[in-house]
Order: sequence, then C-alpha cells, then structure tokens
Amino acid sequence: MEENIKEIVVGEQEDYVINMGPQHPSTHGVLRLVVTLKGEIVKNVEPHIGYIHRGIEKMCESITYPQIIHLTDRMDYLSASINNESVCLAVEKALEVDIPDRIKVIRTIFSELTRIQSHQLFWASYGMDMGGQTCFFYGLRDRERILDIFEETTGGRMLISYNCPGGLMYDIHPNFQKRVKDFIKYFRKVLPEYDAILTGNVIFTSRTKGIGHLSLEDAISYGVTGPSGRASGFSCDVRKHEPYSAYDRVKFNEVLYTEGDTFHRYLARIEEMRESMNIIEQLIDNIPEGPYAVKMKPIIKLPEGEYFQRVETSRGELDTFVISDGNKNPYRIKFRTPCFVNLGVLNHITRDFKIADLIAIAGSLDLVIPDIDR
Amino acid sequence: MRIDLITSLFSAFSEPWWKIFYDFSILTRGVDEWLRNLMTPFWTVVIEMVIIGVVFLLLYAVIGLFLVYAERKVCAFLQNRLGPNRIGPYGIFQTIADLVKLLFKELIAIKNADRFLFNLAPYIVIIVNFMVISALPFGKGLHAIDFNIGIFYILAVSSMGIIGVLLAGWSSNNKYSLIGAMRSGAQIVSYELSIALSLITIVILAGTMQLSEIIEAQRSGWFIFKGHFSALIAFVIYLIAGTAETNRGPFDMAEAESELTAGYHTEYSGIKFAFFYLAEYINMFVVAAIASTMFLGGWMPFHVAGWEGFNNVMDYIPPFVWFFGKTFMVIWIIMLFKWTFPRLRIDQLLTLEWKYLLPINLVNVLIMAFLVLKGWHF
Repeated sequence: MEENIKEIVVGEQEDYVINMGPQHPSTHGVLRLVVTLKGEIVKNVEPHIGYIHRGIEKMCESITYPQIIHLTDRMDYLSASINNESVCLAVEKALEVDIPDRIKVIRTIFSELTRIQSHQLFWASYGMDMGGQTCFFYGLRDRERILDIFEETTGGRMLISYNCPGGLMYDIHPNFQKRVKDFIKYFRKVLPEYDAILTGNVIFTSRTKGIGHLSLEDAISYGVTGPSGRASGFSCDVRKHEPYSAYDRVKFNEVLYTEGDTFHRYLARIEEMRESMNIIEQLIDNIPEGPYAVKMKPIIKLPEGEYFQRVETSRGELDTFVISDGNKNPYRIKFRTPCFVNLGVLNHITRDFKIADLIAIAGSLDLVIPDIDR
Repeated sequence: MRIDLITSLFSAFSEPWWKIFYDFSILTRGVDEWLRNLMTPFWTVVIEMVIIGVVFLLLYAVIGLFLVYAERKVCAFLQNRLGPNRIGPYGIFQTIADLVKLLFKELIAIKNADRFLFNLAPYIVIIVNFMVISALPFGKGLHAIDFNIGIFYILAVSSMGIIGVLLAGWSSNNKYSLIGAMRSGAQIVSYELSIALSLITIVILAGTMQLSEIIEAQRSGWFIFKGHFSALIAFVIYLIAGTAETNRGPFDMAEAESELTAGYHTEYSGIKFAFFYLAEYINMFVVAAIASTMFLGGWMPFHVAGWEGFNNVMDYIPPFVWFFGKTFMVIWIIMLFKWTFPRLRIDQLLTLEWKYLLPINLVNVLIMAFLVLKGWHF
C-alpha cells in the first residue's frame, strides 16, 4: 500500500485545459471542445455534444411521414433540401411509387443548388475562422442569390421543405430556369475571386497545407464521408456509387484527392461547387414535362418492414433507416448524419498541432452542430 | 482689463493669422511671450504644460474616434457593405454613440482576478500611447517636445505598451487572456527588433535622431526616394513589423477572435475595454505617423530638386495637411492588410521575423551604411 503512493509535485502533472465552447466564435454553434494544451500545442481534444439535442428521431416516431419532412430540415439546416429528399426517397421506395422524371430532375437541381449554397457558406465561415473576415461577406453575397431562387419557387429561403412523399409541394416558378442559368453564369465569373482571396493566398496555404493529415485507412475506419473523406482519397460519393433521383443521367466527376490535409478538404469543396454547376447545367434545359407530384393516399402508411436510403448531403453520407409496423408513423427511424461521424475524427487529426490549427482543422470538417446532436 | 489682455495677445502676432497654418511656431511663440509678460517663468511653464496636455488629450480622443469610424467604413466598402450610416450624415457620430454606450456599461469585477493589476493595465497602455504621441511632429512648429534623440525615445517608450497587455492577460484569471498575452509578448518583443533596425537604416541616412532635423533633411526629396532600394526595403519591413507591433491585421494573434475569443482583453468591459480599443487605434496612428515622418518626409511637402515652380506650388499646401495625408495613407494600407489577409499562426509569425525580416534588415543596414559612406545617395 505504502509504495503505491507517489510523490506529486504541484503543477508538474497539471494540464492546461480550456473549454472551447459551447459559446465560442469558431465552433459555429453549441459544440464544446475540451482542449488539453501544452503551451500552444494541442494534446487532446474531447468533444462534448448534446447542447442542441432535440430528440428528432424520437419525435419522428409519433408523427406522420409528411410531417417528418419538416423535422429533417432542422438536422443539417444547410442541406435541408437533401435531407427532405432522403426521407421522401425512403417512403417512395417502401410504397414502390413510380416517380416521374420531372420530379427527379427538379429534385436533383434543388439538391445541387443546396450543395452550392452550403459550400459557399463553408467558404465564407472558413475564411472568417482563418481571420480573413472579408471572405464572409463575399460568400454570403453569392449565397443570397441562391436563396432568392429558392424563395421564388418555394417561399422559404433556408428550410424550404420543398420535397414531399410522392413528389414536390408545388411546381417550379416560371422564372426558375432563367434565374438558375443567370446564377450559374454569374457564379462561374466570381468563383475565381474565391481562389484569389483565399485559395491562392500564401498565408492561407502555409496554414493549411500539411496540417491535420487524415490517411485513407483512417478515413475509412472512422467513416469520414463527404468532401472531407474524398480529400483523403476515400471514394464515397453516393451520387456516383448508388445514384438516386436523376444522378444516373448526368456526367460529373467525383472530386478525389489523396493528400488528405486541411487544404485539400477545403479544395474539395471548392471543386465540388464547379461540379455541381456542371450537373445543374446538364439538367436545367432538359426538365421533362409532366406532373410535379404523384397522387398519394391522404394518410401514408408504410407496409411492415425495414427501409433504407442513402443520399449525399453537402457534408457526407446521410442514411435514413425506417422500421415500419404498418402504421401511419414509423416504429423507429434512424438518421446516420455525416457531421456526427466526421466529428469523431477530430481528436485523431488535431493532436500535436497548434491551437490555431485546431480551428483550421475543425473548420475544414465543416461541422453543423444541429446535425451532430439531432 | 480683460480687453487689454486679449489685445495684447493679438499684438504678439506680428504676421497675418493664416501664416500659422504654414508655421505653427508663430502662434506658440506669441502665446509664450504673452504669458511671460503676465507672470513668472515658473507659472508660464506650468500653464503651457497644462494647455499642451489638454490639447493632446483632445487630439488623442478625436484621432481614436475618427480611426474607429474610418476602419468601419474602409472594411465596409471592402466587404460590399455600407458601414455605419444611421447616426449623423454618413454615420459620422456612430463612434461617439458607441463611446457613450461604453461609458455607461457596467465594469464587471472578475472573481479571483488581481484587482490592482487588472485596473492598472489599461492605464499603462494609455499612458504609453500618450507619451509617444507627444513626441510626434504634426507640422512645422507643431511639435510638443523636440528631443535630440526623438526616434530613440519613441522606440523606447512605445515598447513599454506590452507591459499593459501582459498585465491584462495575467491578472484577468482567464486562460484565453493568458494565452493571448503570452502570444502578444513574444510577438512584440520580436518585431520591436525589426522596427528598430529599419528605423536605424534611416537614422544612418539622416545622420541624426532628432525628428525635426530628419524632416528638414528631406526638404529636397523624401528618404524613400533618396535612399535607393535600401530605404524602400526598410519601408516595407517597417510596414510589416509595424502592423505586427500594433497587433493588427494578419498578425492579430493576441486577440485572435476565432481562437481566443478576444485574447488579452476578454474580461474587460465598459470604459476599460474602450481604453484598450482606443489604444490599439492610436498605436496604429503612431506607427503610420512614424512611417510618414521617417520615410515619407513627415510634414515636408513633396519636393523635386530643381523644379522651383512645382516646389512652390506644393508649399502652398499647409504642412499639417501633408502630415495627416501621408499618415492616413499609411493607415489605409495597414487597414487593407487587415481586411484582405487571413491570420498567420504564431510559429509562422516568429519564423517570419527571426528567419526572414531580421537577416534582411541587418544586411540592409550594412548596405545603407555603405551607401552613405560612399555618398551614393541623392
């Protein structure tokens, strides 16, 4: 007993622990990171989540399928339209409804517009994390144009709830095609500005290149998807591997890098904006005629069984898993949200980097906190 | 009796009133003579010191408030925004409204903070600022103290500001503040070297440390033009180091918003925060003022040797206009830095100083000494 007692020098073993969050400018929400420091060097990062947990999955068990759509908006609010789509696709798969091409194409266009505006906001806030505050306003300036397009058709700007089981809430606005084309013309012109102010900046590149390296093995074993995973060479684009909606009829490249550092996670998102524009350009002139929604029963009841749908949100793979017991509400519903999984890798890739790098790495994972907590 | 006093004040001026725009010493000499006729030399000095103190206090506040407004407008126009535009025409009273708000805010007492040092820190920063600004030449004759070691005094005093920052970070009992203060300490101690060496380059060229003589030496051309590429390199290094010295722009490690919330002044509120905020802007003004004095001729108009007519036209613009014009141009460049570049990391910051700026600077000083020795400068 005696020999087990060690002499403890006060201050010798003490770690310098700081709490980043739940209210901190760089965590983009109520994420709390308990950071152990040695001087400026990060020794351990422990994420504490649950500050914005609303029990969305539990709430889904007591509401009907059309109502669930509106809850999924609130998970990853920046890819709201894609979240809606995942539930719609799961329900349609269960009911074996044949969805007309017009709906598929419009859904795809909306998904890609959502992806662009999400990456624009990523770029904006990432610039601000790195200390270049002007980026934030440049990003928001362009994002505003997409939100205006959304507003014209759906009435909503961020949480548009445009998809519903069986199709869309309403038809597209007559101006829709023209405005999307105008936007793409405009955005192709201003995207080089993004590169000029941030991507090509020597301070920015020296702060991000070679920082927070995530290897391919780790990306797969941690399940890091989306642009963060693809920057490590993990080919995980659901749009490519399991095409849904109209992705099987468009040509686009899966943006893949092998470096896996912070800079390439950032670059992957910039390149994805270009790819998204390519997809939209292929579809926008070829929207087939037809109904904007299939007539569904007033009360949707899924047959007994388990249904699963994968979609690619702007942050990674969103899986919707529905267990139905034949009622109008699901027996159990589970969302595999990308941000929750991507957060898990944070400690692994930030260890032994500096505080400033922690901000850069956490920013490059592009976490949306309500998506982590659900 | 009172009318007598005022007429005797006016009779002290032998020249027309508008001449004071070109040579402020007419006014100061007149006031001095008038005071000396009224009272003993001791009281004359006391009264003059009080007047100058009050004038500098006002100047300090006005420059600070103006710079806060200017920064908001500049960054707004860089960011597709309008900036403050509600209070007064173009929002020019916005900063005054902000100041009033800060004055009325509660001074929150921090638990377990070192109360004495916590309260002392903002005053140290302010006093240091005040001491520096008093040695600047604002115009011809518009110069409170003209030391024969002017630039040395400014360097020595301005580096004391870091004590306030360190005290603020140490006494706040906040981990973010402490990290911010330590970063700031490392940063200012390093960049002090670059500033001093780049100014030494100019001191070698001018052959004096007295600010009035340095400006006088630039009568035939500003040092940035006279000193070949060597002065130009010194100017660029001074701009970089000066930006770092003021904890601004890409070098705002000490208050890195996204990392340390607000760095060393996280725990300050109300007027004490305002002191830090104001001091930051006055610091920027001081850095720009020294840049314009040492490299761009201070209040000296733009002269080209041999062009008599051109030089005479330039002389019609009053010296203080030249001084403030140059200073605000440098401030504008420093503001552009801040609103364009992302922030450096602390180790990159120190690498930049010790591995690049310092060696370049040392070589540059040697080159300048060689140029002066050979008499190759203009």
